[in-house]
Amino acid sequence: MIMTGTIQNREKFLNQLASRLERPRNSSPVERPTWKFRPQDEVLKNASQDELLEVLEEQCKKIHTSFYKTDRKNLSDTLNKVVANYGGGPIVTWKDERFSEWGLDSLFKQEWPSQNIDVYEWEHTKGVENIAKAENANVGITISEITLAESGTVVLISDENKGRTVSFLPATYIALVPKSTLVPRMTQAAQKLQEIYNRTGHVASCINFITGPSNSADIELNLVVGVHGPVKASYIVINDL
Amino acid sequence: MAMKIGSEPFKERIDNGIHDDFMRGAVAGAQDGMGVKRRLATEELGNWEDWRSHGEEIRQHVLEHLDYYLEQLSENVAKRGGHVFFAETKEEANDYIRGIVQQKNAKKIVKSKSMVTEEISLNAVLEQEGCEVIETDLGEYILQVDDHDPPSHIVVPALHKNKDQIRDVFTKKLGYNKTSKPEELAWHAREMLRQEYLTADIGITGCNFAVAETGSFSLVTNEGNADLVTALPKTQITVMGMERLVPTFEEMEVLVSLLTRSAVGQKLTSYITVLTGPKEELDVDGPEEFHLVILDNGRSNILGGEFQSVLQCIRCAACINVCPVYRHVGGHSYGSIYSGPIGAVLSPLLGGYDEYKELPYASTLCGACTEVCPVKIPLHNLLHKHREIIVEKEGKAPISEKLAMKAFGLGAASPILYKLGSKLAPTAMNPFTVGDRISKGPGPLKSWTDIREFPAPNKERFRDWFKNREKGDK
Repeated sequence: MIMTGTIQNREKFLNQLASRLERPRNSSPVERPTWKFRPQDEVLKNASQDELLEVLEEQCKKIHTSFYKTDRKNLSDTLNKVVANYGGGPIVTWKDERFSEWGLDSLFKQEWPSQNIDVYEWEHTKGVENIAKAENANVGITISEITLAESGTVVLISDENKGRTVSFLPATYIALVPKSTLVPRMTQAAQKLQEIYNRTGHVASCINFITGPSNSADIELNLVVGVHGPVKASYIVINDL
Repeated sequence: MAMKIGSEPFKERIDNGIHDDFMRGAVAGAQDGMGVKRRLATEELGNWEDWRSHGEEIRQHVLEHLDYYLEQLSENVAKRGGHVFFAETKEEANDYIRGIVQQKNAKKIVKSKSMVTEEISLNAVLEQEGCEVIETDLGEYILQVDDHDPPSHIVVPALHKNKDQIRDVFTKKLGYNKTSKPEELAWHAREMLRQEYLTADIGITGCNFAVAETGSFSLVTNEGNADLVTALPKTQITVMGMERLVPTFEEMEVLVSLLTRSAVGQKLTSYITVLTGPKEELDVDGPEEFHLVILDNGRSNILGGEFQSVLQCIRCAACINVCPVYRHVGGHSYGSIYSGPIGAVLSPLLGGYDEYKELPYASTLCGACTEVCPVKIPLHNLLHKHREIIVEKEGKAPISEKLAMKAFGLGAASPILYKLGSKLAPTAMNPFTVGDRISKGPGPLKSWTDIREFPAPNKERFRDWFKNREKGDK
């Protein structure tokens, strides 16, 4: 049960706004307008999943992100290879049944440990230990819930098993991207989030739209890749998911 | 740092800017680079004008119903266990935040870049409370380490500094011993800041767009610093200008798209984060306590008036990146954290004409700003409107314009005086004229000729030339 928060100073503040707008306070629901313009629907309109995948692959070059295509059968090998490219563990992942469903158990629980690669699965009952693990990790692995072709963006939705910092604190980051999560752009993601909210009345405490590794151009406008978040990022698209 | 930066008068600030060769080169490079990126990112859509119109209609709708949407936002934040404080003035905002700091006995505070907290001088207030305040945006961090050098650009705050200057600052203040390569400098900042995130008591952020329907708000960065500021400290405070909200996720998406393309020419930045309330019961990361401060600080005086459209602003800085005046004088010349065309419109409204009467004149009225604004604020018309008010109602026109207008009024009122005036001009200007150029002009001309030469009045007046031509002499 959530304790309701406090609201202070509201009435006077909002009355002042209404008076500036020269009308009485408006507390009854304002109907969402039918907008005259909807240019966002035109982007990659009618593109097939294959076409969206091509757009994503192209965009990954612009956002300094390595792009891999694989299928369920070869996912384990591909992931193993990408982690090896990044210099191995320690690894931190969400606690997510999908890893097991996608046949990654033997990689996570046998192969990597046998190579002395530490794999830590987010476990909320262990509290702040999770954050120490993420901070020490070389690789963070999560799953994209919605993937935006236009911008090359993966969308992560937090919960107790899906810690926010898995994608931020490790030195490198890998997103597993089921091909079926591809949509043209952020417009469709916003619509999906809206649908979830309408259905459940709930929004996750943190929704991340992540587009490649962390970067900055604050020093003489030179692009530096890897500032506060991961220095390198890879997307692994799984064709038959 | 308050909205006002520096204490030198306008002309002196301009003078400093004009003679800072590195800064001028950096600004020109930034304008060209970001300008081209913005243009490509907007043109590739093929229907950018529709995007702008959509941005405008969303922002106008929200402003017309601002009381309703703010009420809805506050209800939904509270439902998720967040605390909302409506602050009419910066003092009220600072007092509220000070109260939280005292209650938490906070010693260390990490911040992600926020113009609105600069506007209310929050850092100074926190430092008075004995807190260590750490800016985590790389550009802001550089400025802070350099004894709080003021920002010169909304999006790239340390634009006026070169990498050698930054290396020297890091060497002196942070014990840095590597080269001036941006990668090495950035890595050093990363390592310094990692420890700060992990040990801070409070995280403070601004707000790009709040979402009324869900009580959420979004943060847009490339570095990912806002994510660590909001994931690690136990208490989070977010400060938003009261106009920075939208009805639902769908409008948020449109404005984020307009912002990232207009600001840096990116389809989306690396990190766009939508946060709702404090962390949920079983979450490990995220704040235990969340406070949202909604700030008026002069904005409501703009609402309902002839400058209302300036509240549509989404702080992308596209107008700054095309402004020919900003290009030459740089950000510090504006004497306000809000520089460029948007600053020249907004600063006098928030800070008063006494302080900022010169800014509406720091424009050629070329309209480039209006043309690029992603939410269609008629910036150059608003600058013109400011000038009308300054001259007609406030009687505060800058002295040179007043003199010139007076002389023109006197001269133009009488054909004989006018004729005499323009006949006399070449003679009067003789001492200052070399060839056909004036390079050290007197009085009102001085400011101009300090920077460039002014064409000397023609020895033959146009009217005389025309008369002669008509007579068939030429």
